Amino acid sequence: MEPKIETGPVRPEAQLKPVPKKGLKWKNILTYSAFVGPALVFFLVIQIIPFLMGLYYSFTSWNGVSSAVEWVGFDNYIRIFTDDQVFFQSFMFTTKFMFAAVVISNVIGFGFALLLNAALKTRNILRTVFFLPNVIGGLLLGFIWQFIFVKGFASLGNATDLSLFKMPWLGDEKTAFWGIVIVFAWQISGYMMVIYVAALQGVDTSLLEAAKIDGASNWTLLTRIIVPLILPAFTICFFLTISMAFKIFDLNISLTGGGPFNSTQSVAINIYQEAFQNNRYGLGTAKSILFFVIVAVFTTVQVMITKRKEVQA
Amino acid sequence: MKNRYTKRTFLLEIVAIALAIVFMIPFYFVLVNSVKPFAAILIDAAAWPEEFMFSNYARVWEIIQFPRAFMNSFIITTISNIGLVLISSMAAWKMVRTPGKFSKVLFILFVSAMVIPFQTVMIPLMKVGGTLGLTNSIPGLILMYFGFGVPLSLFLYHGFVKTVPVEIEESAMMDGCSSFGVFWRIVFPLLKPITVTVVILNTLWIWNDYLLPLLVLQDAELRTIPLAASSFFAQYTKQWDMGLAALVLGITPVIIFFLFLQKHIIKGIASGSIK
Repeated sequence: MEPKIETGPVRPEAQLKPVPKKGLKWKNILTYSAFVGPALVFFLVIQIIPFLMGLYYSFTSWNGVSSAVEWVGFDNYIRIFTDDQVFFQSFMFTTKFMFAAVVISNVIGFGFALLLNAALKTRNILRTVFFLPNVIGGLLLGFIWQFIFVKGFASLGNATDLSLFKMPWLGDEKTAFWGIVIVFAWQISGYMMVIYVAALQGVDTSLLEAAKIDGASNWTLLTRIIVPLILPAFTICFFLTISMAFKIFDLNISLTGGGPFNSTQSVAINIYQEAFQNNRYGLGTAKSILFFVIVAVFTTVQVMITKRKEVQA
Repeated sequence: MKNRYTKRTFLLEIVAIALAIVFMIPFYFVLVNSVKPFAAILIDAAAWPEEFMFSNYARVWEIIQFPRAFMNSFIITTISNIGLVLISSMAAWKMVRTPGKFSKVLFILFVSAMVIPFQTVMIPLMKVGGTLGLTNSIPGLILMYFGFGVPLSLFLYHGFVKTVPVEIEESAMMDGCSSFGVFWRIVFPLLKPITVTVVILNTLWIWNDYLLPLLVLQDAELRTIPLAASSFFAQYTKQWDMGLAALVLGITPVIIFFLFLQKHIIKGIASGSIK
């Protein structure tokens, strides 16, 4: 058992002036506000106030323009649950996409990390290469891959005669789904690799050597020693990929635009269209509040599960 | 065991290089086709260009007004970064050095906001922004980035300040140095490693951001690089020759930024996320 953690350093003022004087307290509040105030004000005005307003608008039928904001109670929420096929479809797509994307990008990212943890001569260059897609925004990556799927794959198909390249990748509901997963994984796995590499470098090699002398196979080393030791990295990577995949917007907009037939429309796109194209702000904000709850629940549950494993290890 | 270069390492190296080449194929397609005439792209997108045609670039440079879009992106990214570093480092330091319920609750409030999806606040934010006169203006957009960037930047600074020993600050205070003096002369220089991480993460995010500028900036003169490139695709769909040149122009600045700083970026991402 450890004693208390997180007590933080002792307050300097308390040490210096054991008898607090009344005049000084005001001064402390003033300096505190001067340091914390600017960050807090921007944060409140840009995020918290709009969030609370959103909560309010989600109970209204506001169209975003008119000055009359009519309170409708839970109507928007009821409508979303009972009479909104497209939102339901986009929610199913986003959830399925999230699972596929999280598994694939972490498997690839972890694989790259294991590969680059060997003493390769080209290690630094390769790390740069695998990370490169992350520095380009999702929007432009989506356009790049649109070209690859439409033109690049066609040329590869002609050259190799492989049916894989001859499919209408973005034009078919099933393949469009996997198309987005591929591009997302191509972008994100390098980011995950960097986190896994950092964790792998923290693993004490003497432990591995000892286990090797005891006759442990590589697989045992990996599953019994390495993975348990770097579980915190898995917690972070899963958290990051889950929230990134759930919020997918740019990449989705430029790659498929949500098509064909809304089959690849993410929740983020659905909310955007509801609010800014259909001018239903009330309904849009209700959807966005639900979206917030779902993202919060998924990420919290995931962190709780992986954290519990960490403690046992 | 780790440092010997064996036959097995050599094989692994070959596999890794092969993977990296496959990984980079999309860039080959984009680069090669951006210098071809339209007809050549339609015939065979995989082929090496017969001649390098840079007129695609010249035309796109004009159409998307590349220098202006670049300057807009540059100004927005730079000033947002400076502001975020200042306000987040100051707040994080004071919060760590003033332990107590208030600081703790505040910290939890900042951090839990990281889960809020942008879509949840964007609609009312446009109303707030309209009321405060922040829409359709670059300074307005920058102020919004201050608000959105604070949670992560503050979180990273907060974790780092905890590892900075408090003794030097105390002795400076004893000598009569004010809070501001202590912070700017002693603490802020010590925060340099995490400042690099914060700047890198914020730069990649702000430079590439699409939805917020799309909502805030309506005038064509204010467009950032992602907006300019996307407007090209919306207007001239399937004009691949110029579209690809626009893409290359759009991604080049950030790739140069990355190649110069790649060591710091990779290190910063690793340390920023492990904390």
